[in-house]
Amino acid sequence: MFDFLKSPILTFQEFISLAGRATINIVRRPFYANDMMIQMDVIGVGSLPITVLIGFFSGAVMALQMSRALSQYGATGQVGQITAITLVREMGPVLTALLVAGRNASGIASELGSMKVTEQIDAMRALGTDPVKKLVTPRLLAMCCTLPLLTILADMIGIIGGFIVAVPMLRLTTTEQYWNNAWRSLEYNDIAQGLLKPLVFAFIIALVGCLYGIRTTGGTQGVGRATTQAVVVASVWIFVFTFLITRVFVNL
Amino acid sequence: MSSSVLKFENVSLSFDGVENVLDNVSLEMHAGDTLIILGAAGAGKTVMVKIALGLLGSTSGRITLFGQDVTKFTEPQWFTIRPRIGMLFQEGGLFDSLTIEENVAYPLVNRTKMTAEQAKPKVEEALKFVELGHTLDKFPSELSGGMRRRVGIARAAVSDPDLLLYDSPTAGLDPITANRIMALIIQEREIRNATSAIISHRFQDGHMMANFRYNPESKKLERMPEDSPLRQRTRFLVMHDGRIVFEGNERELDASRDPYVSKFSMHRSIH
Ligand SMILES: Nc1ncnc2c1ncn2[C@@H]1O[C@H](COP(=O)(O)OP(=O)(O)O)[C@@H](O)[C@H]1O
Ligand SMILES: [Mg+2]
Repeated sequence: MFDFLKSPILTFQEFISLAGRATINIVRRPFYANDMMIQMDVIGVGSLPITVLIGFFSGAVMALQMSRALSQYGATGQVGQITAITLVREMGPVLTALLVAGRNASGIASELGSMKVTEQIDAMRALGTDPVKKLVTPRLLAMCCTLPLLTILADMIGIIGGFIVAVPMLRLTTTEQYWNNAWRSLEYNDIAQGLLKPLVFAFIIALVGCLYGIRTTGGTQGVGRATTQAVVVASVWIFVFTFLITRVFVNL
Repeated sequence: MSSSVLKFENVSLSFDGVENVLDNVSLEMHAGDTLIILGAAGAGKTVMVKIALGLLGSTSGRITLFGQDVTKFTEPQWFTIRPRIGMLFQEGGLFDSLTIEENVAYPLVNRTKMTAEQAKPKVEEALKFVELGHTLDKFPSELSGGMRRRVGIARAAVSDPDLLLYDSPTAGLDPITANRIMALIIQEREIRNATSAIISHRFQDGHMMANFRYNPESKKLERMPEDSPLRQRTRFLVMHDGRIVFEGNERELDASRDPYVSKFSMHRSIH
């Protein structure tokens, strides 16, 4: 009767088991530091330009949207606060994560998927290397290091984007007031959830990408399927978790 | 009787949704044996050798390697026994991101304490053996299908394993390249004296393994004498839908009247 639940539950089980093994391997020898550096370059440096772009426009569009609402209440001076808070709490982490999911969950899934269907992963095991240690752990660590940094960058660029719209463009407020307002409004709570979210998303993106890659079956077609699934599944989980984390922080 | 290398006792495997990919398979290989595993695509040949290497687990049955019961081995335990087995993968399994030299050195550098420098002479020798001494710095994507197969053979054999498993070494190759690969495998068998299992869907491959040996003096393949012990030790196995439907020597294979089995024998045209 509940047969339709079997496959998602099995997948979830595999996910948890992979997460456990990948995490334990962080403290076990050997360390593949070189692989981690390469991944940090692929994920972090590779995502820089697009993070800057997306960050800038999300901040700009926030300020633009808010300008009308705020002027209705005669509160245009608050534009800095609103931009900063929405960016740091929500938009920065989620947009950056979705972007990196699109770029790198797919990249990881297709890379590991091709390795799976060409039996490189089997060969690795046959030749004495644990694929989780060699492939999954470096990607997980690289993602956990780079995604929070990318998010901070997106937040900062976004606040600058909001500034450009609010001050030189629409003259909603003064330069000094915008920055003061933006800076003062951020509380410990905002920063904490703004940094916890990218860390959780990093886990989701790296592990979903790796899981769908490693599970690939059915040749080249299978690689395409795994890639698409990884992006969709990672994106959905990002939204679920941003809700859950926000739910917790709202009450703090 | 020489020692048992590999033993399957009633080994079965079902995947989620696919029943009996292997169905009650029993077989045994002794040191110095050559086993030729024939069967159509999807018969379970790859699955069988992957179970022998611990890359897949069995659902039931008992597996013994070098006299050791490995049925319940954990992955770290498998890491201790896999160095004794060399495998050529059907899809190649060469690491895209490594050069040919690094690929062939991988089993040596990764499993022993050898450095890349120390491994180099052995790597060069293994590659020269498969006539690819000039490709050290190339990447797998720069080689042809037949060349990649030969690199795979070099990597499987470089660490002098006691058991060599070749998964479909001639699949997808033209007849000339395929025969060249088979000649290399026969040469490898003669020189390393390893126990070998060869998966194939071509009856010619089995025929070559069963009838030819490599003569190190003349450096040529030659027909084995009728009473050669190697001939006695070459057995054929035909698989169909996860089951072993035939086991025996070449004469018995040729004599088989079973329509499926005879598709893999030299005299299949008679039927
Ligand atoms: N990971 C897997 N999950 C489900 N079915 C599989 C898996 N691997 C192999 N099979 C199935 O097992 C059967 C035997 O496959 P295989 O051993 O690769 O055949 P072959 O004899 O051509 O090497 C096929 O029907 C294949 O679809
Ligand atoms: Mg196969």
